[in-house]
Amino acid sequence: MKQLTIFKHIEKRQLAVFAIGLLLPLSAVGQSSDGEQIKRGEYLSRAANCMGCHTTRGGEPYAGGRILKTPFGEFVTPNITPDDETGLGRWSNEDFWQALHSGKARDGSYLYPVFPYTEYTKITREDADAMFAYLRSLKAVAQTNPPHKINSPYDNQFLLFLWRTWYFKEGVYEADHSKSDEWNRGNYLVQGLGHCNACHTPRNVWGAPQDSKLAGGEIMGTYWYAPSLISPLEAGVGEWSTEEIVKLLSAGINSHAVTSGPMATIVRQSLQYLSPEDMYAMAVYLQSIGEKRNGEDVPKKIPPMPERVSKYLALGKPVYEKHCQSCHGTSGEGVPGVYPSLAGNRTVTMASPHNTIRSVLYGGYPPATAGNPRPYGMPPFQHIIRDNEIAWVVSYIRNTWGNFGSLVSPEEVDSSRGNEF
Amino acid sequence: MKFIVAILLWGAASLACAANPASPLEIPDTLEQRLKPCIICHGDEDRAGRDAYYPRIAGKPAGYLFNQLRNFRDGKRYYQAMAILLENLSDDYLLEIARYFSSLKYPYPQPVANTLSSEETKLAETLIHSGDPERDIPACSACHGKALTGTKPFIPSLLGLPHAYLAAQFGGWRNGGIMRGQTPDCMSEIAKKMTQEEVNALAVWLPTQPVTGESAEAEELAPELVQRCHTIFAGEDFIQ
Repeated sequence: MKQLTIFKHIEKRQLAVFAIGLLLPLSAVGQSSDGEQIKRGEYLSRAANCMGCHTTRGGEPYAGGRILKTPFGEFVTPNITPDDETGLGRWSNEDFWQALHSGKARDGSYLYPVFPYTEYTKITREDADAMFAYLRSLKAVAQTNPPHKINSPYDNQFLLFLWRTWYFKEGVYEADHSKSDEWNRGNYLVQGLGHCNACHTPRNVWGAPQDSKLAGGEIMGTYWYAPSLISPLEAGVGEWSTEEIVKLLSAGINSHAVTSGPMATIVRQSLQYLSPEDMYAMAVYLQSIGEKRNGEDVPKKIPPMPERVSKYLALGKPVYEKHCQSCHGTSGEGVPGVYPSLAGNRTVTMASPHNTIRSVLYGGYPPATAGNPRPYGMPPFQHIIRDNEIAWVVSYIRNTWGNFGSLVSPEEVDSSRGNEF
Repeated sequence: MKFIVAILLWGAASLACAANPASPLEIPDTLEQRLKPCIICHGDEDRAGRDAYYPRIAGKPAGYLFNQLRNFRDGKRYYQAMAILLENLSDDYLLEIARYFSSLKYPYPQPVANTLSSEETKLAETLIHSGDPERDIPACSACHGKALTGTKPFIPSLLGLPHAYLAAQFGGWRNGGIMRGQTPDCMSEIAKKMTQEEVNALAVWLPTQPVTGESAEAEELAPELVQRCHTIFAGEDFIQ
């Protein structure tokens, strides 16, 4: 039996080696030809979604100027096109590496970790050079962006030095040889290039991730909650097949779930362009870190509902029937791949009701992708129904069809309001 | 006997179950179904939401609608609800959406009663038909068509729109709030040259007008006006 496991293991490894073998000639060419290196850099920059922050809405790609609001002040993303005066025109490979790998500006000063060098430090030198070659190949855009508005006392380099000492671990990703090559590639993509941790993690009062696990947290300045990628009660995918994970991340929708808010944007800007091999690698890694539901949790033992609570929930039923039922169904069953089911929907039942409330307030479309080019959408209800009705209907869907979640108040609806733009 | 009753009860119960269970939702694979989120405000009847604001989009020229959809998505025209809805949609899909709404032939709402004084009415009509060449204000009809129902494919109709929307649009153009970032914006330049009285008169006068014709054809536009408003023709390649 043991022999058999080892044999299986070897077979897997060999397959992986074979797959890497297929990729290697490409990267070998990449080193010898600038064109290939730039192409690779373009792909890696997509995977790292540099454009996501370094472009304003409708602005020149990579010319920066987007404002990132945080509790520490407003940061303005810099121009990273190769313009001499306003961009990276005078930067060398070494300067770029220092920023990405060590979080230091060209003059050696410390960068604020709003630039995710805490994750980008895992990127290899070869990949960083390719990304820089790509950025150098872009059209130079002369665009001066306004300076950061950092709140005192955070505008202090010594505090940044302390922060780094405490929370920043510099170092390129080191493969775990007990795991498959796909798993390692997936880890590199998720924890390094993809910097999923920038959102999917709880942060302390200093804005530092509380651990490197993707345990979910409020996204600074966006009013959204990035669910845990570990917990089976949130967005952990330990119980999904790799095909289902790939489908959600590349098409923006699968039969269980649909991406919304900032995640829909990440799919549109970045994930939909990744190769099938890389998507599979990410799925393998994400599946491995996702916990499985403990058998004892299901079925939950739910105490009988006090009358006051059931009366409150009953208020949501007519709102549901009037506004939600025609798409989400009489039993919250939805339509797979079209409208998400609400029964058993983890976004609906997870501890933070913010994302569900925001979906009701603002509506939205999943991203238009190759796998779902003409998405169906959800209307905004902020101007159609009042906050108390939204509170009723969200409480109702959180506690019907076997769902179980806390009740939502009109105040919570109001506190979920707000947008970046 | 008990046995028969049991059988009957069982039969009735299974019938009830068969009739009752949630029948799977039938969702038509149509653009109309996909665009339900739009219809909640831009309905097929006079919808007045809590802000009584939403403009008619049915039957407007496709190029105009396409430009506006892209402007909302790309932050060049600002309205939060639209920006959020469109954020992750592609040009191809937006063009399909624009063509769909352009093709709808909904009846126009009844014109509202004119509450302007005769002088104000004259002021509005002069601007509509002649503009004011001295201040370089073209006639509204020069671009929006003699019937004021727009010019294909990029210039919108001015009729069938609520007063609140028209007033807000003028306010936005005068303060540079609507088409931020898209310069030069011809309508903004024109609106800034107008007085508040002129703007008020037009915003009241336009909803009093019945719809008498179709959108004008592109050839009817004077070349100097095309030049003046060239930014709105940027989507030409898509519309062909």
